[in-house]
Amino acid sequence: MIDFTLTESDEQILDEMRRQAMACRKYARYYDEHEDEFTPDALPEAGNFKNPYKVVNRNEEVDTPRRVLHMLVCATQAWGDYGVMMRRGERALGNLVLDLAGTPEQKQRWNDKTLAIAITEPGCGSDAKTLQTTAARDGDEWVLNGTKIFITTGCRCDGVVVAATTDRQAGHAAIHPFIVMRGTPGFEVTQRDKKLGIRADDTATMVFENARIPRDHLLGGDEHSTHGFSMVLSALNATRPAVAIAGLGIARAALDFTRDVLAQEGIKVDWGVGRNSRTAVEQELIEIEADIEAALLDLLYAAWVSDGVKWQRHEAAIAKAKSGEVARSAARRCIDLLGPLGISREYLLEKWLRDSRITDLYGGTGEIQRLIIARHILGYSSVELS
Amino acid sequence: MISFELTEEQTFIRESVRKFARTELREIARKCDEASNLSDELLAKTWELALTSSSIPERLGGAGLPHSCVTFAIVAEELAFGDAPLAAAALAPSLFVNPLLDFGTREQQEELLPLFTTNRYHAASLALHEPNFAFDPAKLRTVAEPRGKGYRISGSKCFVPFGDRASHFLVVARGDTDGLEGLEAFIVPRDAPGLRLSIEREPTLGLQALPLARLELRGVEVGAEARLGGDRGIDGARLINRCRLGSAALAVGLSRAIQEFVIGYAKERVAFGQPIAQKQVIAFTLADMEIETHSMRHLVWKAASRLEQGRDATRASTLAQSYVSREAMTIADNGIQILGGHGYVRSYPVEMWYRNARALTVLDGLVAL
Repeated sequence: MIDFTLTESDEQILDEMRRQAMACRKYARYYDEHEDEFTPDALPEAGNFKNPYKVVNRNEEVDTPRRVLHMLVCATQAWGDYGVMMRRGERALGNLVLDLAGTPEQKQRWNDKTLAIAITEPGCGSDAKTLQTTAARDGDEWVLNGTKIFITTGCRCDGVVVAATTDRQAGHAAIHPFIVMRGTPGFEVTQRDKKLGIRADDTATMVFENARIPRDHLLGGDEHSTHGFSMVLSALNATRPAVAIAGLGIARAALDFTRDVLAQEGIKVDWGVGRNSRTAVEQELIEIEADIEAALLDLLYAAWVSDGVKWQRHEAAIAKAKSGEVARSAARRCIDLLGPLGISREYLLEKWLRDSRITDLYGGTGEIQRLIIARHILGYSSVELS
Repeated sequence: MISFELTEEQTFIRESVRKFARTELREIARKCDEASNLSDELLAKTWELALTSSSIPERLGGAGLPHSCVTFAIVAEELAFGDAPLAAAALAPSLFVNPLLDFGTREQQEELLPLFTTNRYHAASLALHEPNFAFDPAKLRTVAEPRGKGYRISGSKCFVPFGDRASHFLVVARGDTDGLEGLEAFIVPRDAPGLRLSIEREPTLGLQALPLARLELRGVEVGAEARLGGDRGIDGARLINRCRLGSAALAVGLSRAIQEFVIGYAKERVAFGQPIAQKQVIAFTLADMEIETHSMRHLVWKAASRLEQGRDATRASTLAQSYVSREAMTIADNGIQILGGHGYVRSYPVEMWYRNARALTVLDGLVAL
């Protein structure tokens, strides 16, 4: 039955997440202004943190499906603080590729490592198949050469899954995922990016200069496979909703703050009156909230249709496109409403503007999402719609 | 729990109404628009779907099924996908029946609901809109003064569906206070002394096929039994929310019709050596239509779901209506643009859908979910 209410068990989980989120938020400004530090694995308050999934009794028949609830959990974490809360996990994007592409032996070997993913290069982002990083086989080793940028968790990770090509002329068919562990000679993390926002995230550049890795570091083990690239893209597909929901969590934080401070000034929305009885501020608040709500529902829908199976590409693209758009506009419009204090660093709102801006850029830009959506509804491939 | 799952019944209803909309409504839409008219034959066909009577209690002649606002939203969307004004016509009796089911006293229900359980379309309506530029359901100018045991109603109402033939009107008036909570509704028969109905259909931009009339209430006197809900009155917010969501649900269906048509056009229309659907600007506009039809539907469902569960739905309904008004209009506007000059002429449906979209997104009193 179509329904949007949370069960008691759902609420308990989210209450606990909110509690943790507020504790994390106290550190938000610090890690935003200390970009070269890393958020700790455990905050002082963490002794008090429970994994709510383990504490609450869930009844799979009546409680919200796990994938759907997970979206709300992530939203709450990002609402608290994206950098301090969401990035403390032990698994990164490379772990997803390992799950999808690795042999059982490879999975066992590297499963408990934090693995980043390195795809983007200075010369290629959205058009990832034109990557230039090469992998050449030399006897029992692969030799990697190239530069990768914008690698999330690039400084903290134990290793990285690198998308490299065995033949630059052969397009995506020659692209494979390789694992390179920290300490490999020829592999260096050369810089941590200074960014507009999500500064607590360590985003890094990696250089591979004749970096040698054993032959069995090719994920999947088959150098003639033409599916390596699609494995990498599948991992990206799976994280799209998570990055989208993070953007919405931040947007929601911005709106909540804005509503609260305006309420203190006596400005509140009267929900019942008609359009031309509303002040401009009320109309703005309504529109911003409706945008966030729409994007959230699209994400929950994508999670719902994907429950128990892999993420459904079309619905995930819709959700990501909408979330990116809303994340770009929400905090911006909130600052419009609050005048000079909107840009003060004494409040977190300006940080939320900076943090949320990444949403429409990574995990596939909004333009790429729209390309995916358009191809789907038109029945086109990349041949008809480039 | 959070779920988007349609029941089996909803899936069946959606498919059958969609088919009806395509074959019965879409075919005649343009003709009805040009004529500013619809036929009794069409109304008879829509009546066979039993949309209005399904929730009327069995003892009063209905099917006695529990009413679902979400299912009604699905029905409204599918009918409007065929044609919005004809959908509103099919669902117009809901404007009277659903509030009666919601708020009516036992006597009111027993007297009036059987009218809707025969095998003939029975027209009744809701008089909500008022002819002033500051119209706001929370600040109505139609008032009902207590007169002895009854009331004396004065005011002007416009764009009342089926004003030309409705047997009864639910006239929404300001009660003791402003605000949605202060609203009252009165059951007024068409022959009530003091009630003037316009003879001609009110001229409008869109929804031409839907009969719309102006009502003047000049000291219309009604008894206490005419006050919907008797001593209890009504939940004005609930009434208005049902109406707002009704228009929104129609707009979602209309948006989908535009999207589908424009996709087909863009794949066929060749310019500069290829179908225009292969140009990014066009393709991205179509992608945005897809995103927004999804988003609008979800907002409407969420609010409808709250209504159905008897929860406060004003915030959710206002969010949905605000969003749908904007996005449905954008889709209609872009629909014309993609068709170029063809979007401007009446030999293509898009200009009609554009006019309908504009009307749907400003009229609250067309369908009560």
